[in-house]
Amino acid sequence: MSLLVDIMLVFQRHLRISLRNPLWIVIGLSQPVAFLVLYGPLMTSTLSITGVAPERAWQTYVPGVLVQLCLFGSAFVGFGVIAEWRGGVIERLRVTPVSRVALLLGRVLRDVALLVVQAVMLVLVALPLGLRASVPGVLVALGVVTLLSLGLACLSCALALTVKSEDTLGPTLNTGLMPLLLLSGVLLPMSFAPRWLDLVSRLTPFRYIVDGMRSAFQGEVFTVTVLSTVLVALSISVLSVLLGVRTYLRQSA
Amino acid sequence: MSIIEANELTRTFRSGRQSVEAVRGVNLRVEAGEIVGFLGPNGAGKTTTLRMLTTLLRPTSGTARIAGADLATAPREVRRRIGYVAQYGGTDPNALVEEELFLQARLYRIPVAPARRRVADLLERLDLGGLGKRRVGSLSGGQRRRLDIALGLVHDPQVVFLDEPTAGLDPHSRNNLWEHTRRLREDLGTTVFLTTHYLDEADALCDRISVIDHGRIVAEDTPANLKRQLASDVLTVEVVGDPAAGQRLLAELPGVRHAAVTSTGGIQVTLADAEQGITDVITALSGAGIGVRALQLARASLDDVFLSLTGRELRDDPQGRHSSIPTTEGADHVPAR
Ligand SMILES: Nc1ncnc2c1ncn2[C@@H]1O[C@H](COP(=O)(O)OP(=O)(O)OP(=O)(O)O)[C@@H](O)[C@H]1O
Ligand SMILES: [Mg+2]
Repeated sequence: MSLLVDIMLVFQRHLRISLRNPLWIVIGLSQPVAFLVLYGPLMTSTLSITGVAPERAWQTYVPGVLVQLCLFGSAFVGFGVIAEWRGGVIERLRVTPVSRVALLLGRVLRDVALLVVQAVMLVLVALPLGLRASVPGVLVALGVVTLLSLGLACLSCALALTVKSEDTLGPTLNTGLMPLLLLSGVLLPMSFAPRWLDLVSRLTPFRYIVDGMRSAFQGEVFTVTVLSTVLVALSISVLSVLLGVRTYLRQSA
Repeated sequence: MSIIEANELTRTFRSGRQSVEAVRGVNLRVEAGEIVGFLGPNGAGKTTTLRMLTTLLRPTSGTARIAGADLATAPREVRRRIGYVAQYGGTDPNALVEEELFLQARLYRIPVAPARRRVADLLERLDLGGLGKRRVGSLSGGQRRRLDIALGLVHDPQVVFLDEPTAGLDPHSRNNLWEHTRRLREDLGTTVFLTTHYLDEADALCDRISVIDHGRIVAEDTPANLKRQLASDVLTVEVVGDPAAGQRLLAELPGVRHAAVTSTGGIQVTLADAEQGITDVITALSGAGIGVRALQLARASLDDVFLSLTGRELRDDPQGRHSSIPTTEGADHVPAR
């Protein structure tokens, strides 16, 4: 109970700070929208050439952009943690009886909330461009986005609090995320890949996420592909939250 | 039972292959309602000690009890009972002033309505009235410092730890904070443990002073006792007559540690305690027929205490207030009778 109050207090604080700066909405949305508007048509016509129906093309492309938004949107929240640590905010809050777990979760939930809003907007913007998708499928996909961003944001915060340096955090995240992103088939479906690349990609978690979200957009919900996606996202999320919690608990006396 | 009890606290930092023994066995006893100053030169281990006492840093060894709760086994209890103002503060530049205070109050579980009243009250008392809706990042340095202090006091803690609370404050704000601190003690019996680099502040505000150097406590007493033991009052006498004869005479007096003729023909007398010594000096001189034209007294200061304890200035003072002969700056001018 007390933990929930703490989480709520920390969440509200961070949300207020974000909402006061309307710039984030513009900046946060501009990139995915640019991907949709400026790159989407190119992508969908490329897919059409290979024989994919235009409708299918958008169902393939939009989930990819969602995963990309998720990956980059939440992975970099650690920068905010480092800034707070530098400013002494984290120590100040740690001297109060606030739960250490709430300091992590309250903050991360703000990031998740903002990300989900962005994801919804992205889907809405894609509709007039030609996206047709099943409503339950999109809801499942948004659920996956939520789980995934929760996990990634926790990982990022934990990493930030461990390295405590932007100069280490940035390159570490980029080095880690770039191959994962390329191997996930976000940009082009991995079914176009040579066999070895397809195999390597099956060793990375995001491959399943992207595949499952595409299936969901096409209307599947209770299929092996979609359910295993949910399972992968859930595992990533649970493990990362646990790791984050452990880091936040450890960093105290 | 003392409200702050630290036993043999040590802390060693490791950075790479180097290790720094920042604190090497600190023992502290502070009674409820005391205002205690924690003094020491840069790098002496003040902040490190405070961070240990406030549960932020695990001691390498040693134990402590704060307000009856054990630091190692009941850190959360300790946190409930203390307030802490860090040396460099801890506010978010993007938050609003009143948001920061309100959050802090709520984290200590002050209910919403009393928390709002508390925030308004603290803003008023720390001269931050009208700034509640401002972004913290837009405050001036001194205003932000006062906000830091307000944050540490939001929940009326039994013990507050203030790490250089008045660094960067103007004289008015400093006085205001002293007043506030004294009132806290009077009204609520709050115990205050503060570090400062201003010796006048320690002198004016603190009941007791602990001096830390190289991670160890090197002296602990009231400001008056420290000055009596470790520093002297210096009296400069301008005489009508032969200063050398006066000097020989005064050097023999009990209570006079040292007497010398100055380059301007005065006599400089180092006294253990000016309150008693000054009359003896005048009596002795007039008894010998040496007239006194003027007297100038430089009272012992904590600066002298500090210098004699650590061999260092408390701060790297660009004006270099210390020379081997104390200057008359800040001296009481005593006209001859
Ligand atoms: N996190 C840390 N890692 C490594 N060394 C540290 C760390 N924190 C403090 N130290 C070292 O420990 C010693 C004591 O530092 P501390 O901050 O306690 O000094 P201080 O008395 O507060 O000084 P100041 O008056 O400058 O604030 C210094 O030598 C400092 O360099
Ligand atoms: Mg310090």
